[in-house]
Amino acid sequence: MFGYSGKILHIDLIEQKTWVEGKTEDWYKIWIGGVSMATRLCWENITPGCDPYSPENPVCFANGIFAGTPVPVGGKYGLASKSPMTGFIGDSLSGSWFSIALKRASWDGVVIHGTSEEWVYIFIDDERVEFRDASKLMGLGTFAAEEAIRDELADDQVRSATIGPAGENMVRFANVTNDGRQAGRTGHGSVWASKKLKAVSVRGTKGITVADPETLNKLSFDITKAAQGPHTSKYRLLGTVTNVLNMNKLGLLPTRNYQEGVFEDAEMVSGEFLHEHNKVKTIACAQCPIACEQMSMVKTGPWAGAMTGIEYECLFANSSNLGINDINAAIKLIEIADQGGMDAMSMGITLSWAMESFEKGVLTKEDFKCEKHPDGLELTFGNGMAAVATAEMIRDQVAVGKLLSQGTKRASETIDKERGTKSYQWAMHSKGMETAGYEARGLKTFSLGSAVGTRGPCHNRTAAYDPDIKGVVDRFTVDDTRGELARSTEEYAAVYDTLPLCKFIRRCFTGKADRAGAWPMIAKLINATTGWNYEYDDIDLIGERAFTIKKAFNIREGWKRTDDTLPYRWMNEPMTKGPSAGHFTSDEELEYMKDLYYKAKGWNNDGMIPKEKLKELGMPDVAEQIGV
Amino acid sequence: MAVSTSKFNYIDCDPDLCIGCQICEYVCSYTKNGEYNTYHSRIRTVRVDEVLITAIACRTCENAPCVISCPQKALSQDPETGTIRLEATKCDGCAWCIDACDFGAISMNHEARLVEICDQCENEEDGPQCVLWCPKEALALTTPEQRAQKSRRELIKQEVIGPK
Repeated sequence: MFGYSGKILHIDLIEQKTWVEGKTEDWYKIWIGGVSMATRLCWENITPGCDPYSPENPVCFANGIFAGTPVPVGGKYGLASKSPMTGFIGDSLSGSWFSIALKRASWDGVVIHGTSEEWVYIFIDDERVEFRDASKLMGLGTFAAEEAIRDELADDQVRSATIGPAGENMVRFANVTNDGRQAGRTGHGSVWASKKLKAVSVRGTKGITVADPETLNKLSFDITKAAQGPHTSKYRLLGTVTNVLNMNKLGLLPTRNYQEGVFEDAEMVSGEFLHEHNKVKTIACAQCPIACEQMSMVKTGPWAGAMTGIEYECLFANSSNLGINDINAAIKLIEIADQGGMDAMSMGITLSWAMESFEKGVLTKEDFKCEKHPDGLELTFGNGMAAVATAEMIRDQVAVGKLLSQGTKRASETIDKERGTKSYQWAMHSKGMETAGYEARGLKTFSLGSAVGTRGPCHNRTAAYDPDIKGVVDRFTVDDTRGELARSTEEYAAVYDTLPLCKFIRRCFTGKADRAGAWPMIAKLINATTGWNYEYDDIDLIGERAFTIKKAFNIREGWKRTDDTLPYRWMNEPMTKGPSAGHFTSDEELEYMKDLYYKAKGWNNDGMIPKEKLKELGMPDVAEQIGV
Repeated sequence: MAVSTSKFNYIDCDPDLCIGCQICEYVCSYTKNGEYNTYHSRIRTVRVDEVLITAIACRTCENAPCVISCPQKALSQDPETGTIRLEATKCDGCAWCIDACDFGAISMNHEARLVEICDQCENEEDGPQCVLWCPKEALALTTPEQRAQKSRRELIKQEVIGPK
């Protein structure tokens, strides 16, 4: 078998023992890797219905098919557990060295079971596994923890995925960080903390061989060179932060907790501004010839020296969305999230919920009183100092930070129950996960994609904004094409998330990013790596299977049609300013589009998956358990 | 500390351009060992912190300390190119040369018990593969004198025309 070792490593934290599970080539042909294989491992190893913080919720890593080869942007892994935010599948991706080290240690996947009594970190040294005392690492930020582990093991080739202090403190939206990249969403950090697992470290020393290295080198070389041209210029030159002004122009830049879609000071928090005033260097994940990470630094003022990588989703959440026009405050906020090990998107949107709640009198200065801030804080929109202080309170679980550390869904539910308020009306989440940086009221197809997302509303798991923004459809109205568009764009994204390949390479295969442009080349890459004979249709199936297993997981955890919904604001309150003013997605529109979507997927009208469909996709055991 | 001579080529990396992707290491290990394994790359990327990233390979030093230190006389320096040659039958993998190299540019192949040193891909028609593949043109086959010239030219351009 090429491209895979055929081995999954199981680690039990309770007994501190390990075992190896063999998988067949046919199994890999169905599940491939990344989010699909990670979800499948979770499906196989979880106790259905368990509490996400219980020992029965496993941590599942799945490597990528191309990790450790010269295939551009193939150095990524998938991470899955039941999400403590949504109660459904929590599937994330992260890039860079960790996946490659894991590949060279010869593991296709790792499943971590149980919980530990004391804080530990796991060291996977090729085939050997050590359970190591993590007490010296406690309280360290993500980057510092990685360095400390390299020091302790005296090898700078050791790669670690860690949680930061926010994770240790059980911030619900804490995440997992490796090599400066994050498995960012759905709350993996708090799941790890519930297991007293501070880090997973890997040293992989073995070489990787593929079925047809000459072909793979030739293809990779051409893609590497194409990735220096116009197909990636957006990512290479300014990075994704270039979207701030693009979104603002369309009236889609979430502003002041999604009250509006235009920000009057967008220029001051734009990619262009960041590039000119704060950029230090652009860096890449391992195995990536594009390089999009804009390392940016605060140069003056109270946060001078703060530095982290800035991309669009983190930036909008912590600038326009907070009414903040000081780029330095935004960088500091994102640094707190990155070093502390929190999802900067969920953190920003929880802060914006708190700001609106403060302005509406639901939260008061009193709520912020603590040792560091004895007079409390005035957390109004635009107040960068208060936002930074509150972010630290979230990370450290101080005063109102405790409430906010649970995310917008739980924070609003708790406050509304306690104070008889209606703050759920501005809690920007669906299924318990905070929304992405595309204002869905001006993007009807994307509003459907967000509602049906298996891990919650996500810009990465669906590209449904694409036909809206490109003008393939009218982005303000609803018609009978939207179900098929949502299906097709989410399965397109799922192909990349499963291999996984970073989507920023999508135009570099042939110049065209659509299926016809990308699938034949992706099939060639798979075949040269594994020796299989994949064709166009097989690539399509990768995406359909990935989404199906995620949905099946959710159904087994109790998903119902009513869970596919949108934040109250997106369904009831039109924006008043800019090109997207006046629009929202009504209940009738959403239900109509959901009908279309379930039909396009080949599911029944309740969103349940027919047995036959599951068998057709090669999932007889799934059909047995949840098929209708 | 040993120095590079002004006459020999070596693989130079511009830290301002290097993005830390490690593609050079993949290509090197494949070219030299037939498998992708950065442990067997003769060029190594170094990430000191989040932004200080570069790559290092043999600097073709004058009076190369690795050659002097080799107790088995397995290493010699090509007088034409400055590259270090290994006589495999003599090398016993004692690693003295690794100790002697100030650039950390020599690594041990534990399976073969032989050391591995950059030879600038002398057997490849199109020259050093890392230079050929480097997506950001951070790598170059150059001499210290050529590099100094480049720095001088860039400095003058910046001072006269202004920053890029």
